[in-house]
Amino acid sequence: MNPATALRSAYVRREPVSAAPAPDGKSRNFAAILFGDLASAAMTLVAAALIAMLAPRIASWAIVNGVWSGDGEACRAADGACWVFLREKARFILFGIYPPDQHWRPALAIGLILAMTIWSLPPRHWTRTTFVGWLVTVAAMLLLLKGGVLGLADVPSSSWGGLPVTVLLTIASLGLGFPLAVALALGRQAQSRGTHTLCIGIIETIRGLPLLSLLFIASIMLPLMLPDGMSLDKLARALVALTLFSAVYLAEVLRGGLQSLPAGQREAAQALGLSCVQATRLIILPQAIRKVIPPLTNTVIVMVKNTSLVLVVGLFDLLSAGRAAATDPAWPAAYKETYLFVGLIYFLICFGISRYSIWLERRARIGQS
Amino acid sequence: MSRFWHDARIRSLLLQAALIGGFVALIGWLASNTATNLARRGIAVGFDFLDRTARFPVSESFVRYQPTDSFAHAIMVGLVNTLVVSALVILASTILGLVVGLARRSVNPLASGCATVFVDIMRNTPLVVQLLFWYALVTVGLPSARQALNPLPGVYLSLRGLFVPGLSLEGSPAQLTLSLASVLLISGAGYVVSRRHRVATGQRNPIGWIALAASVLIAASIWIAGGLSVKPDLPELRGFNFAGGLTLTPEFFTILVGLTLYSSAFIGEIIRGGIDGIGRGQWEAGRAVGLAERRILRLIIIPQALRIIIPPMTSQYFNIVKNTTLALIVGYPDISYVIATTINQTGQAIEGVAILMAIFLSISIGVSLTMNWYNRRVALVSR
Repeated sequence: MNPATALRSAYVRREPVSAAPAPDGKSRNFAAILFGDLASAAMTLVAAALIAMLAPRIASWAIVNGVWSGDGEACRAADGACWVFLREKARFILFGIYPPDQHWRPALAIGLILAMTIWSLPPRHWTRTTFVGWLVTVAAMLLLLKGGVLGLADVPSSSWGGLPVTVLLTIASLGLGFPLAVALALGRQAQSRGTHTLCIGIIETIRGLPLLSLLFIASIMLPLMLPDGMSLDKLARALVALTLFSAVYLAEVLRGGLQSLPAGQREAAQALGLSCVQATRLIILPQAIRKVIPPLTNTVIVMVKNTSLVLVVGLFDLLSAGRAAATDPAWPAAYKETYLFVGLIYFLICFGISRYSIWLERRARIGQS
Repeated sequence: MSRFWHDARIRSLLLQAALIGGFVALIGWLASNTATNLARRGIAVGFDFLDRTARFPVSESFVRYQPTDSFAHAIMVGLVNTLVVSALVILASTILGLVVGLARRSVNPLASGCATVFVDIMRNTPLVVQLLFWYALVTVGLPSARQALNPLPGVYLSLRGLFVPGLSLEGSPAQLTLSLASVLLISGAGYVVSRRHRVATGQRNPIGWIALAASVLIAASIWIAGGLSVKPDLPELRGFNFAGGLTLTPEFFTILVGLTLYSSAFIGEIIRGGIDGIGRGQWEAGRAVGLAERRILRLIIIPQALRIIIPPMTSQYFNIVKNTTLALIVGYPDISYVIATTINQTGQAIEGVAILMAIFLSISIGVSLTMNWYNRRVALVSR
């Protein structure tokens, strides 16, 4: 003990405290868990009060007074949720202003992505074939949405909307951002001062800005920054902002993986005579990326949620489509129901990914021990 | 020649030069395009517009503002709004987050169940959707000002917002300051003396409480002798809206409640992670020396957990500041709203974006400097 600590705690108990009785070893019953001590009882009461206060209101709004069939007038007359509105508008919310007779195309595209996602879940499917499969799936999705070939009617990207746009923005921003992220993360680890500083500068600048302002910059400044004759549509401009954003966040996650690799790995690669590029490509990156897959899934969740911000630059994603649906004057403004529906779709996607990430982490822990 | 190419140092230098040269060239290319485009559209670059009259209304602000003020003042008003909302949300979500984090760890199934459902819903839906939902909840269902709900006397809830009674003080500010300062000084001194005494002897003592009571007595006597008085300021219906009292507009209410609920789920998880990160041995050791569970938490676990909690918490606080820009979606005039309006009115896109970037980057740099300072301090203390 150093002198300063000794001075501060000058009081030291000298006689022992009498021993407390040993625990009786019986497991506590339910009432003891709920009302065992003051804090527990208070928590039970607060939680019960919250449930008792909210549940009847929600039930009366959603179920007792909810309108499950009829039209706008029926909803106006009733006092509860207008669920029939969602039944009427579900297709519009999901697919936006895409021509209604062609709705099977975005639906099929979503189905393809879903099938591909499910296929990629087990780690033994993380192979080169799966990677190529993803490229093919995304190309097929774009082809299905755009049309113009194979007898499919041409649908301009300005008519795309709803869930396919949200999914497309997420996949494209992550897919394009990933190589950029690898470059930034490697640059940040680099020995040379110049590269290191440049990468840190880019990462910290973009991380310091809210995504909303990045979207503003992309939508206002990009048209000014490009030479005459070169122009990007709204979708591409939003994609630039989302890609940069996902790249810096992915880079920070990858940095964690790179830092966790022992220096011996690179040294061993050099001893075997691999060049710097070969060592990075064959030894360092595969191990680093494998290590960070669970945290990467969190970045995927962040990006799924963040695509909803493209609302402010006038893109027609899931949320904007829902907002547009709710303004239909034939129905009473069913904003709450719409946002619940849209929120539920986001929730299903994000909650699914987060459970998957927990499963992966548990699996990795079992593998280690 | 081949020796020259195979020298690692020279290769790395060349690579660096190429990389930085490429980056500078890219920036230069974008900048020259911008200059050409601006010249063709006849837009003059510069910050002169900041002194011109803004001519747009700002629906609410904590600083006095009118449309005849300058753009610079309007931007300042937006910044103050952003900072005030951020500060309130940080305070509220830290308290709520602590409750959520502790509830999730609790053995009480009711409390931990509620907290888990809350955290999962909040973390897995976009903040924008949540904000729009709360906004729909507070604006669509509520009556107009004339039919305002009156749940408590003096409290009115209508489309125009929530109106609650305020307090108006009468008396000299000097006396008010004097009484507040005396409370703070005397009770603070009492706390320090009480703590010293406890550290030296190991005995609990009432010195702190006595000092607090004494300071309140002194403040009250200054108050009464000086003739200070507090008057309630009740909101009342005048025309189509309420006047007097304190007002929470639907926009402000939405951003405050929505952002607090969202952030508290994340803060709750950070706090839970920090507490879980402390080994079980610490709890067991605390029990072995005879401390009660709550004192183990307060005296042993939390001081150690803070080292784990504070770094992610700081970045979460900065996220809150960044997330306040979503206030734009519900129409609350924060900094991004004011800048967007300014760009619309003047066409000075580059300057507007530059101001926005400068503000957020300086906050970000401030946060990381504080963080580095804190990490150094903790590193010195740790053994």
